Amino acid sequence: MTTARETVLGRIRDALALAPAGDTPVPRAYRTGRVLPDGERLALFTDRLVDYKARVHPCTADRTAEVVAEVLREQGAARIGVPRGLDPAWLTAYDGEVRHDSADIPAPRLDALDGVVTASAVSCAETGTIFLDGSPDQGRRALSLVPDLHVCVVDLSTVVVGVPEAVARLVPERPTTLISGPSATSDIELERVEGVHGPRTLAVVIRTDA
Amino acid sequence: MSATFLGMPATPPRSPYGTGNLRGDRPFPAAAHDELRNEQLRRNLGRATRTIRAKRLDVTGELPDWEELRDAGSAIKTDTMNRLPELLEELERNVTARGGTVHWARDGVEANEIVARLVRETGSDEVIKVKSMATQETGLNEHLESLGITAHETDLAELIVQLAHDKPSHILVPAIHRNRDEIRQIFLKEIPGVDPSLDNVPAHLAAAARAYLREKFMTTKVAVSGANFGIAETGTLSVVESEGNGRMCLTLPDTLITVMGIEKVLPRYQDLEVFLQLLPRSSTGERMNPYTSMWTGVTPGDGAESFHLVLLDNGRTAALADRVGREALNCIRCSACLNVCPVYERTGGHAYGSTYPGPIGAVLTPQLAGMDAAKDDPNSSLPYASSLCGACFDACPVKIDIPSLLVELRHQHTERSGTTAEKLAMKAAGAVMSRPKVYTAAQKASRLGRALARDGKLPSLPPPLNGWSDSRDTPAPPKQTFRAWLASSEGAAAMREASADHTRDQQQEDGR
Repeated sequence: MTTARETVLGRIRDALALAPAGDTPVPRAYRTGRVLPDGERLALFTDRLVDYKARVHPCTADRTAEVVAEVLREQGAARIGVPRGLDPAWLTAYDGEVRHDSADIPAPRLDALDGVVTASAVSCAETGTIFLDGSPDQGRRALSLVPDLHVCVVDLSTVVVGVPEAVARLVPERPTTLISGPSATSDIELERVEGVHGPRTLAVVIRTDA
Repeated sequence: MSATFLGMPATPPRSPYGTGNLRGDRPFPAAAHDELRNEQLRRNLGRATRTIRAKRLDVTGELPDWEELRDAGSAIKTDTMNRLPELLEELERNVTARGGTVHWARDGVEANEIVARLVRETGSDEVIKVKSMATQETGLNEHLESLGITAHETDLAELIVQLAHDKPSHILVPAIHRNRDEIRQIFLKEIPGVDPSLDNVPAHLAAAARAYLREKFMTTKVAVSGANFGIAETGTLSVVESEGNGRMCLTLPDTLITVMGIEKVLPRYQDLEVFLQLLPRSSTGERMNPYTSMWTGVTPGDGAESFHLVLLDNGRTAALADRVGREALNCIRCSACLNVCPVYERTGGHAYGSTYPGPIGAVLTPQLAGMDAAKDDPNSSLPYASSLCGACFDACPVKIDIPSLLVELRHQHTERSGTTAEKLAMKAAGAVMSRPKVYTAAQKASRLGRALARDGKLPSLPPPLNGWSDSRDTPAPPKQTFRAWLASSEGAAAMREASADHTRDQQQEDGR
């Protein structure tokens, strides 16, 4: 018996035999490999994040713990979750409860957290996009999804100008999430509503010298 | 040709007649006629399409290399179609190597059966769903329901459509035909335990949906999704979304089943750098959509433990066998062509009768499902649902020449039905003219128009023809009908004269 696989592949080959086409070269004349000085990248990234209604907190690396604690306090987060690989120095100023995530904690239990603090892999300034790739300091995807507040620490050295520069830095096999502002919908009369299922608040701590 | 190729190639079949959601129950003009009476729909659509159009122009205009991105996107898709067999095999190999299972479906019915079997194997009788055109096309929800499996749509607009027992009317914003008051009523009636004091503020309506769906996300063991892209080189799948419902479905359940049309494969991971720029800017008019998920097979400790990819044909190979028409397979479902189309803006999506409405739907639907599958197939009217103004071609991020495809389909339709476009147009007139009494009555009726005419021109035609006469001069009908004139002494004299002329001409011809 012919399998569906053989049938579909056979049909495709038949289709291409009935209507043969030549090679199509792919022109890649769009912009790639762009660079901008730190100040301009920071300004562009900040502008885009603010446009998405994300909260932006630029600081120097030595003030990370202080700023993270400030943001969490401001948002009233008394109990937070963090991935196991998060730099413990970032939480030294926070006086709330910290729970370290692990894969055996059922995702619904993450709903009891007020917020989550993670690092990030890469960011794209031009689109205001943060890429998480599941590295130990970013954790599994559910962790940065279920709690209502996401505090994300971004080093300016990982912020690139455009999408091609960001995609080039990714590891394809890693589960990757692109985040551009808090979750949003425009499904009701095209009126934008921030916060549907993902975190309703996204706070980005940008370390300008890291 | 490959070594496995034996004998003459056969034309691949269309999506089987009578299955899925690729055909309406009446032709476009009839359906559009009713939709045009819906003022609520027209107001909502007008506002929505205007808003998205403006946003799209803003964010595409700010990229100096937008045209270069479109050129790249177009070429990547064309190259993909030319190499489809090897790319699909490569995708399958890489998904399998990373712990996923790949299934192939000849048509929508087979895809639905595969998904239902996979759901049953988990022991679950419900699934959560991410907005997916492919499963809308195959009618998956209806199939699951017939087997006692409940499918919960989790995209807000899809939820509204599902709760209202309605059909989507737009690719991107499927509930665009509903206003906030209607949505409030739908929620009050259909969401169990909803706060009866719920008002019509969109933020409050969204919050009600969040509360309702959160419980589903946390407890449902199986998710079904579509895919925007599948990368052959790495086996990576991708879903582009806004609300976070996609992330929930792709991350929380134990089993993930993704249904993807075979044309959605892309050769390289690097190609995402093009499409992650083209798609959000063309679709919602944003620089980037809030969330995009990318996953490769199964990652222990992160997301579903079991991942299934269902590769769907359902008429795509039939489209591929058409040298001209295959270009429609390049579509990335951004819906920019809907938002710029003067026809779509007025009729909305339901009039097209298919999962794929608007200009791209008018070229894609007939190719996936055929135009001549039955007598008076409603799909044969779709290539005519356009004024060929070309706005869709300009807006398309992968430069699909939709107007040319529409013309080609019109040509194919008239060829196959053994007639010409002129003949089709004359068919309606023929019904009248073949019966002399009716013809005479029609001519007499048209003479009434003369009484209203000034300077030999009619001021305006009655509806529905006023759309035509508003911008054009309509010549007044003659004083007498031809028959009345022929019967008069003036007519008889003219005919005698013509007859004499004819005889004279004949004699001159013969004399040469």
